[in-house]
Amino acid sequence: MNTQHNNRFFFKVDWITILVYVLLCTVGFVNIYASVPSNSEQGALFDFGANYGKQLIFIVTGLILGFSILLLDAKFFSIFSPVVYGITLVLLVLVLVIGRNVGGNQAWIAIGSFRLQPSELAKVGTALLLARYVSTFNPKFRDSRSILTAALIVGIPLFLILRQPDAGSALVFLSFMFPMYREGLSGYFLLTFLGMIVLFVADFLVPSNVLIPVILMIGGFFVYSNRRKQKIMFSAIITTIVAIAYLFMVKFAYNNILKQHHRSRIEIILGLKTDPKGVGYNVIQSKIAIGSGQLTGRGFLQGTQTKYGYVPEQSTDFIFSTIGEEWGFVGCFVVIGLFIFLLLRLINMAERQRSSFSRVYGYSVACILFFHVFINIGMAIGIVPVIGIPLPFISYGGSSLWSFTVLLFIFLKLDSNRMGFI
Amino acid sequence: METNSLFNRKYVVQGLFIVIGLILLGTLFYIQVYSDKYFLSAKSNVLRKIYTFPARGVILDRHEKVLVQNEPVYDLMAIPNDVKPFDTIELCRIIDVDTARFGKNLRKARRLSRYQPGIIEKQLSVEIYQALSEQLSRFPGFFVQSRTIRQYPDSIGSHFVGYIKEVTQKEIDRSEGYYRSGDYIGKSGVERAYETVLRGERGVVNMLYDVHNVPQGSYAEGKFDTAAVSGEQLISSLDAGLQKMGEELMRNKIGSIVAIEPATGEILAFVSSPSYDPNLMVGRQQGNNYMELLKNPNRVFNIRPIQGYYSPGSAFKPLDALIGLQEGVIDENTTFNCPGYFKVGNHITKCEHVDGNIALRRGLARSCNTYACYVFQKLLTQRKYKNQKIAYDDWRNKVKLWGLGDTLGVDLPSERMGRLYDAAYYSKKYSKYWGYGTVISLAIGQGEMDATPLQMANIMAVIANRGYYIKPHLIKAIGQKHVIRKEYVRKNYVGVDARHFNPVIDGMQEAVNSPWGTAIQSRIPDILMCGKTGTVQNSRGKNHSVFIGFAPRDNPKIALAVIVENAGYGSAYAAPIASYMAEKYLKDSIGGYRKAQVEWMKKQVVLPPPPKAKGKPLIKPADSTVLKTEQALPALNSPVKPEQQPKITSRNEHSAQ
Repeated sequence: MNTQHNNRFFFKVDWITILVYVLLCTVGFVNIYASVPSNSEQGALFDFGANYGKQLIFIVTGLILGFSILLLDAKFFSIFSPVVYGITLVLLVLVLVIGRNVGGNQAWIAIGSFRLQPSELAKVGTALLLARYVSTFNPKFRDSRSILTAALIVGIPLFLILRQPDAGSALVFLSFMFPMYREGLSGYFLLTFLGMIVLFVADFLVPSNVLIPVILMIGGFFVYSNRRKQKIMFSAIITTIVAIAYLFMVKFAYNNILKQHHRSRIEIILGLKTDPKGVGYNVIQSKIAIGSGQLTGRGFLQGTQTKYGYVPEQSTDFIFSTIGEEWGFVGCFVVIGLFIFLLLRLINMAERQRSSFSRVYGYSVACILFFHVFINIGMAIGIVPVIGIPLPFISYGGSSLWSFTVLLFIFLKLDSNRMGFI
Repeated sequence: METNSLFNRKYVVQGLFIVIGLILLGTLFYIQVYSDKYFLSAKSNVLRKIYTFPARGVILDRHEKVLVQNEPVYDLMAIPNDVKPFDTIELCRIIDVDTARFGKNLRKARRLSRYQPGIIEKQLSVEIYQALSEQLSRFPGFFVQSRTIRQYPDSIGSHFVGYIKEVTQKEIDRSEGYYRSGDYIGKSGVERAYETVLRGERGVVNMLYDVHNVPQGSYAEGKFDTAAVSGEQLISSLDAGLQKMGEELMRNKIGSIVAIEPATGEILAFVSSPSYDPNLMVGRQQGNNYMELLKNPNRVFNIRPIQGYYSPGSAFKPLDALIGLQEGVIDENTTFNCPGYFKVGNHITKCEHVDGNIALRRGLARSCNTYACYVFQKLLTQRKYKNQKIAYDDWRNKVKLWGLGDTLGVDLPSERMGRLYDAAYYSKKYSKYWGYGTVISLAIGQGEMDATPLQMANIMAVIANRGYYIKPHLIKAIGQKHVIRKEYVRKNYVGVDARHFNPVIDGMQEAVNSPWGTAIQSRIPDILMCGKTGTVQNSRGKNHSVFIGFAPRDNPKIALAVIVENAGYGSAYAAPIASYMAEKYLKDSIGGYRKAQVEWMKKQVVLPPPPKAKGKPLIKPADSTVLKTEQALPALNSPVKPEQQPKITSRNEHSAQ
């Protein structure tokens, strides 16, 4: 009886997503294998002392973890979401106290030889609790109260992660705006964020004595053209004032709050400074490696930049440079194609859910993955500042692979149960 | 629950995914496919070309005795990043440079690259290398790279071999990528003429380097690597012994000796004086020595055998007579009367002697100007020509066939043409009113006619061969296969039949061997030398002493031109020097009493008074080579002791007897 139930259940699992997942993990393993520095020759495929050997263990255990999740009851996630969220918050606080400081970020809790990164788990917890909130109270995010509640759910882990300080992981939490948008949050919120980013960039590239008059002129135009509609005119005036205030805030924050290495990275990405030996080195070497792959790549294990260690952090944050060098544009196209396919499919799957819990969770998963993919690849090809976040399923590291696996497989479980009640 | 408008927001989110995906792919397309900037950067990231220097080709003399060889020297290199604090003063003491220069070189190397080896001090000698290598471990980051420089065991033939020097930027640009900064290139002489043969092929190893600049093995399993190929050896036509004696005979004299083997065109001796020790032009002192040598007022670097301009003088007369015979304006018995001068219009060409009626043989033996002028007159006034201008051009073309008035094409750079004008030149100069009388000086090889010593020796080779020459050349075989250039085996005929040569050769034989000859000082016991003296007037002081000739008369083995500047009669210096040279070559040594004469000749000083003494020339010997002091610096001992001057005049009187 029980086995029969399981059989039926497994047929409902979205195997295509699992196939894409396995493909991406395989791409990761192959490229981590290639990224091993040449002075330690590529040895046996199952050398568990080397990174690629460990990654193989992570992939296998990740699959076991994923399929265990599929065996759980779908209601579990909804019911226990506050608990999971609570645990992640405790871990996030704990990491600030007993965490290991690696590369300036206090992001790791060491348990024996195993290192846990609570910020990865926090994404799962936050996504679950946000979904629970939406499914329970059915907010439309039209009132400030529901918006604030959601902001709090996302904001507490975000704040704790910023304390580590891990700006990259914190940035990913902005992706929760998309599920909220889907549930009814005004599009202006997204546009406001977009506007803030545009103004932020403009603040560096255009001198203030040009930028501020330009903003005033645009604001003045809107005010003048809507002079009959008092309400719109009023909000245009407010927007203009806020925009200018924002500019000054950015300048202030930039000069007083950001650290020098943040400043350098921003300046380099905006092309204000070139620094091939310093901070820009990573990006330049990554671009060289990717560019040298040309159309079809140098071939597996033939990438000289990869082999001779020219790209720092190659198996983790800059794994995409290995793909770019050894597999060329064709390889990049396949990898990005797989990701886009996965993301679109996840959204479609989210839309076919009966429960809003599953839908919100599905959107969260898709958008978290999207942020990671966009920022990681964008950083490797130099169109996004160097923010150290992993490429899902591909970058080396157990913590990130497992948390992405958990994130994805919870949604697969929810999806397989889409006809049932949660 | 799900309003339609909220459902549509799915497309906004999915649209964003697609747009961002396309932005990523677009950027990747630009980086990977469109632009090859990154591909090239990747190459320069990992690929370094390591060059191995081939040994330059060795140059041998005609008996395969070494003239130019290679000697190892050592460049002190450093990888600036690996240099740890060290005892600078001690290191400078070992390699014998001052600390300021050392510091400058180290900073320069550091500026070029912190990780790549840079040259700190070039061409350390074996002795310094030995002292240094014991201590080198005390100076981390420094190491020694060996290469070879030129070495000249006999210190002879400096003008012939030339020298090599570091390439200039211009030469690097012109070589289309062959030369690199720090390479050496032949700058003159054979080193330059045969640069492509001598230099060999540089070896290259394409090495891959990792990010820490540690070599990681060769690129593409060495598929594009090449081994250094040593330069090919050259076998020159020079006879080292003859060359050495020639240089010694010309010591403290200005001029040149050219000896050619007529049958092959091979140059046996190529002496240009003043000369210098070629060993001065290698090593660390090359620059200083070069500047010092440049200060010599007698222009050490002139390659007189192919660059010196001399009127051939009487040496031209046999050629004149031969053209006359060929044209049929005279035969061997045609007689002219010599009253001691030749008069055309108001112009009088003087003759040294009053010979009365004189025919070909005696005319040449006595070097009679009048005879030569008559022949010239007859040649230019032949009926078959419409006018004398056409006749002149025709005559000039016949002379040019002998290699005068144009480069001979010897295998050395910077050969000069000599001087022999065409009719148009004279028509321009004298308007149309000129005739044979205007240019009558040409009949006796004077006036507006210049030839290089090589051209004069070549005339003798033509006569020795009875009508042809092979282009004179200095390299008779290239490489192990003994290749010779095609142009150096081809016979060049001068348009005079072989039968006409005998009377002329008779005359030249008499000039040397009969009591009335003018060149009796060039007589060699047991060997029939044929020759002509020349006493060439020039604007720069005393006459030049000239002798041209060949020996032996039958089946000649050597043709010679000897010029000693400002030394008076041809018989005074040039003729005896030529006889010693010929004897040395034909008999391999100078016999009996003549040995003492040779030694005496070597000691003679015939130099123009030095312009102004500018202190003692200071030459440091190249410290990487051991100087043969006995032979050192003939040109540099040049300041003439005043008491030696009268001796020359006395010798002249003596030889005139």
